[in-house]
Amino acid sequence: MKESGAPLIAMKKLRWFIGTLIILGIFAVIIFYPIKILFYPDLPYIPLFTRALYILLLSCIFCLYRILKGPTAPDRIVAVDILGILIVGFCALLCIPTGRSWYIDIGIAWALQSFIGALALSKYLEGKDFDE
Amino acid sequence: MNNIFGIIFIFVGLAFDFFGCLGLVRLPDVYNRLQASTKCVTLGTCSIMFGVFLMLGFTPAGIKSLLCIIFLILTAPVSAHAIARGAHRSGVKLWKGSVVDRYAEDKEGKE
Repeated sequence: MKESGAPLIAMKKLRWFIGTLIILGIFAVIIFYPIKILFYPDLPYIPLFTRALYILLLSCIFCLYRILKGPTAPDRIVAVDILGILIVGFCALLCIPTGRSWYIDIGIAWALQSFIGALALSKYLEGKDFDE
Repeated sequence: MNNIFGIIFIFVGLAFDFFGCLGLVRLPDVYNRLQASTKCVTLGTCSIMFGVFLMLGFTPAGIKSLLCIIFLILTAPVSAHAIARGAHRSGVKLWKGSVVDRYAEDKEGKE
């Protein structure tokens, strides 16, 4: 990375700029035109739960920042584990304003997968085989 | 009444989630990040699940959320402990301001 000249660095900055613009655009669309297909209009508390989903989305953005920026491998593994637990909470929140109960099933399955993945990655960090 | 208590629980859980992820970004070290974020996010998600259970009552979805609380409380500390142990064994150094390292002292005493 140190050998790259000025044009490559300019290219990289341009790429980061375009990505930031795309993410900000997605946020603007979500905030100003909320998703109305997903929620039933009859059920109560819908504005409250949309705000709650925005807060969880912001936390997920923090986790993605740590996955991109993290200096060592354990940082990224911690961030992936936390992202899994956050998505379990996301599924539990989606259960009420949509009125569909199978979102919690997705949450339970996701928690199991996240647990097994974290254990396997920590075994990999220790440098041992998996069958020990 | 149950709905009001459920919404209070859900927003307390959201606050815990948010501050845990803020700690994931702000703190200087792997171990500090692990300590802040894992506890906060586990407690926050369990609080969200308990709020959902209070709002839904004893329907199948509510009982499934109780099961998910038990599963999360059993498994999240185990995975956090395994990640911390793996990070220490793979040679990630502590932050320069940290005071004590009992695990390295134990390993030196054994070998």
